[in-house]
Amino acid sequence: MTTPRDFRQPALVLNLREAMAQRVTRPWTLMEVCGGQTHSILRYGLDRLLPEGVELLHGPGCPVCVTPSEGIDRAIALALEPQIIMTSFGDMLRVRGSTTDLLSTRAEGGDVRALLSPLEALRIAEEHPQKEVVFFAVGFETTAPSTAMAVSEAKRRKIHNFSLLVRHVRVAPAMEALILDPRSRIDGFLAAGHVATVMGTREINDIAHRHQIPIVVTGFEPIDLLGGIYQCLSHLEEGRYGAMNAYRRAVKEEGNLPAQTLMKAVFDVIDLPWRGLGMIPNGGYCLSPAFRDYDAEVRFSWDPQQPDLQSACRSGDVLRGIIKPDLCPAFGTSCTPEHPLGATMVSGEGACAAYFHYRG
Amino acid sequence: MCLAVPGQIQSLVASEEAPTTARVVFGGMTTDVSLAFTPEANVGDYVIVHAGCAIALLDEAEALETLEAFRALGEGMASAEPS
Ligand code: SF4
Repeated sequence: MTTPRDFRQPALVLNLREAMAQRVTRPWTLMEVCGGQTHSILRYGLDRLLPEGVELLHGPGCPVCVTPSEGIDRAIALALEPQIIMTSFGDMLRVRGSTTDLLSTRAEGGDVRALLSPLEALRIAEEHPQKEVVFFAVGFETTAPSTAMAVSEAKRRKIHNFSLLVRHVRVAPAMEALILDPRSRIDGFLAAGHVATVMGTREINDIAHRHQIPIVVTGFEPIDLLGGIYQCLSHLEEGRYGAMNAYRRAVKEEGNLPAQTLMKAVFDVIDLPWRGLGMIPNGGYCLSPAFRDYDAEVRFSWDPQQPDLQSACRSGDVLRGIIKPDLCPAFGTSCTPEHPLGATMVSGEGACAAYFHYRG
Repeated sequence: MCLAVPGQIQSLVASEEAPTTARVVFGGMTTDVSLAFTPEANVGDYVIVHAGCAIALLDEAEALETLEAFRALGEGMASAEPS
C-alpha cells in the first residue's frame, strides 16, 4: 500500500525539478488555490525548486479566512442568547468579526464549543433537549457534505433543537472572479485537490475553457504539487488550456456523486460576499426551502450590525495574490499568530500564518 | 478544518444510528468517521476525511501509476542526455 511518504521521495522530486527546468522557456505565474497546498509549498520549500521566473501566488483557499465577518457577528449574537449552544470548527472561534470573536464571547459567558464535525453538534442537541444547538457551518465543498449530512440526519431523526448558520463558500466561482480581476497575473491554476474529490472536474473545466487557461487538480504532498506544477507549465509552454487531473488517486472526473446528490437536496447556490474578495456571484450556499426549518437565520431574529471595520490588514490583497504576506507592513510586527490582525494570520491554513511559521 | 492527510480504516464500527461508520487512524490519532459518501471503503483502505466524513477513497492503482510516471520521467531524461 502506498503511503503519503511515497509522495515525498527525493529522487522523484529531483526528476520533476529537472523536467521543469528543461521545459520552461519563459516566466509564468501560477496560483495554488488551497491553503493546505500553500502550507506544503512553504514547509517543503517547493517554491524554491522551481525554474527561474516561475512564481507561485497563494490563493484564497483558507475557508475561515474568507468567511464574511457579518456571519461571525451573527454567530456571536446567537452565542449570547442564554438558550443557545453555539458550535463551530475550532479555527472559526478565533477569527474576529467586526468587533470581537467567538472565543471572547465564550469568556463573556456565551456557551461556545469547538467541534471537529457538525455531526457532533447533533449529538449535543440530543443530549440537551432543553437547549437550542446552532452549528456555524463554514468551509468549502470539502466540509459542505458533512453539513448536509448533519441537517438531513436531524430531519430524519426529528431532532428539532438543532439548526445551522450557513456560510459555506464555493471555490470555482471565486477562481473565476480572480481571473476577471484586472490586476490578475494568473497564467494557470493548481486547483484544490480535496474540493475536486467532491465536485469533480466539470466546473473547473468550464472555467478553463471560458478563460483559455490551464487548471490542474493537485494534491498536497511534494510530488503531487511538483507534478501539478509540471503539468500546468507544460500546458502553458505548449499554448494549451483545459482542466487536468494530477491527483488521480483521490479525484474522479465526476467527483463524489453521493455527496453531490445530498448537497443538491440540502443547499441552494447564492451570491455571497467573501471576506477580502467582495461579492462573488454564485459564491456560496444557503439552505434550500426543504430545510428552512433548520435555518438559524429563520428561527432566530437579528439586528444587523455595522459593516466591516477598516484596519491595517491587507489580507484582501494576500487572498487575491496581489501581495505576498511578508510585504504587508504589519507582518511579523504588529501582526503575529498570537496577536493576529487578520484571518489569514489566525487560521492554520492562512497564507500569513504559513509565512510566519516557515519564513518568519 | 481541512486535513490534507489521508487516514487508514482500522475497523468498521457500525451502530444502528450510524450504519456506515469506521475507525480511522491518522498518524497516531484515531477518530470515528462516517463512510456514507464512500460506501465502498473497507478495512485497510486510505480515505480522505473532512469534518467527520470520508469524502474520497484513495485508488491504489492510480497512486502507483502516478509514482511510476514520475520515475519514468527521470529515465527519459537520463537516456536523452549525451553520454
Ligand atoms: S500579516 Fe496580518 S495584517 Fe498583514 S495581511 Fe496578513 S493577517 Fe493582515
